[in-house]
Amino acid sequence: MSAFLSQYGSEIATLTFEHLWLTGAAMLFATLIAVPAGIWLTRSPRWAKPVIGVANVLQTIPSLAMFGFLLPLPWLGERAARIAILALTAYALLPILRNTYAGIRGIDPTLNEVARAIGLTDAQRLFKIEIPLAASFILAGLRTATVTCIGIATIAAAVGAGGLGELIFRGVASIDNRLVLAGAIPAALLALGADAALGLLERWFKVPNAAGSNR
Amino acid sequence: MAMSNALEFRNVSVATATGRLLLKDVSLALEEGSVTAILGRSGSGKTTLLRTANRMIEPTDGGVLVGGTNIQEQTLVDLRRRMGYVIQETGLFPHFNVERNIGIVLEAKGQPQPQRIERSKELLHLVGLDAAAFSQRYPHQLSGGQRQRVGLARALAAEPKILLMDEPFGALDPLTRAEMQDMVRELLQRLRTTVLLVTHDLDEALFLADRIVLLGEGSVIADLAADEFLRSDLPEIAAYAHAFRRGQPSAIADQTAKDRTA
Repeated sequence: MSAFLSQYGSEIATLTFEHLWLTGAAMLFATLIAVPAGIWLTRSPRWAKPVIGVANVLQTIPSLAMFGFLLPLPWLGERAARIAILALTAYALLPILRNTYAGIRGIDPTLNEVARAIGLTDAQRLFKIEIPLAASFILAGLRTATVTCIGIATIAAAVGAGGLGELIFRGVASIDNRLVLAGAIPAALLALGADAALGLLERWFKVPNAAGSNR
Repeated sequence: MAMSNALEFRNVSVATATGRLLLKDVSLALEEGSVTAILGRSGSGKTTLLRTANRMIEPTDGGVLVGGTNIQEQTLVDLRRRMGYVIQETGLFPHFNVERNIGIVLEAKGQPQPQRIERSKELLHLVGLDAAAFSQRYPHQLSGGQRQRVGLARALAAEPKILLMDEPFGALDPLTRAEMQDMVRELLQRLRTTVLLVTHDLDEALFLADRIVLLGEGSVIADLAADEFLRSDLPEIAAYAHAFRRGQPSAIADQTAKDRTA
């Protein structure tokens, strides 16, 4: 065991870092796209169904197939990390989009009414009232997306994007379970850690409603 | 002495998308510093009328004037910031503490925080709450009556000339409601704010208002000084007066006597 760790320890660390980097970049892009899109959908709800539908379809594409589709594309295909980040971004869109939309739509309409009636501008209403009140919902979406993407990122090694999937694929090919576990255990720990950390953040932003119960 | 009108409704009609009339040709002028109660059953158009004043609803016909100017010609956000707004559910923002809730209109106007905190303290005092104890609390840590006091403080924060109150005490128990009414009456006499109060409670209208406007099916049925209201012999008013007096000792004695002879 210690011999195994001394042989692979630094590689596991590098790949874990790579894994985090791929997932983190994808989450950043997905958030930058899905949160504004979700807000826009609350303003134009007739688009909600088709747009969320598209995000839904993206998520049903098997991850190996998704990486395969992207491989021949110019610019993207040059660097495997680009493919991985784009694919992970696509998978992360739905939970964030859906939760942003639902979180803002779920705000007590009276509060929006009052915000307008006392003379808040649309931007003030969005940043002072709607986003803070929907924050725990949006973070819940982000949490689901992150956990999902940490899992899917292991597949990215299939197109040579690196990450902990490297060890898993290598272990499968050489029938070495220790290598499979050396990839799978850190990946699982990353997912659990992200889940716990974002869960804490989510609770921090939870707003009790006026009557005292949590919404 | 001729007083100017703070708020004036001129032939206001409001129709729904399907063409049903919620308000029919309502004209009403509120003198500066007066308290006008709009009385009526549920669905009589009371709230609709109030909401045309701050353009939460746009009249399909007629117009509303504030300080002599048509509100269509005023900047929407400024118009609303110059009017206090109090509703039954208070609509306090659950993620803001009391202090920030009270100061939100000032915050929206860009007033610096120290001034907002100072003003919030003043207002808490004005509505009978201890600033030291309440400033940092959140709405869910308040009782219904306290929430309503904070709601009122918020409405008064920007020193509005006009205060719109939509069933402000409807959700409170009778005792708390009476306390709030006492406080508001005393406050309004001091501030001389022009008030439009929507209520279905004759008792509240009589206690707080100088003038009572009875709405029915979107039209003005009666428009009388508060002290003349009960003397009117209009059948609609008589129905209100009956419901109002029914529970008083003399009325109960009469009813008991009638029951015995029957």
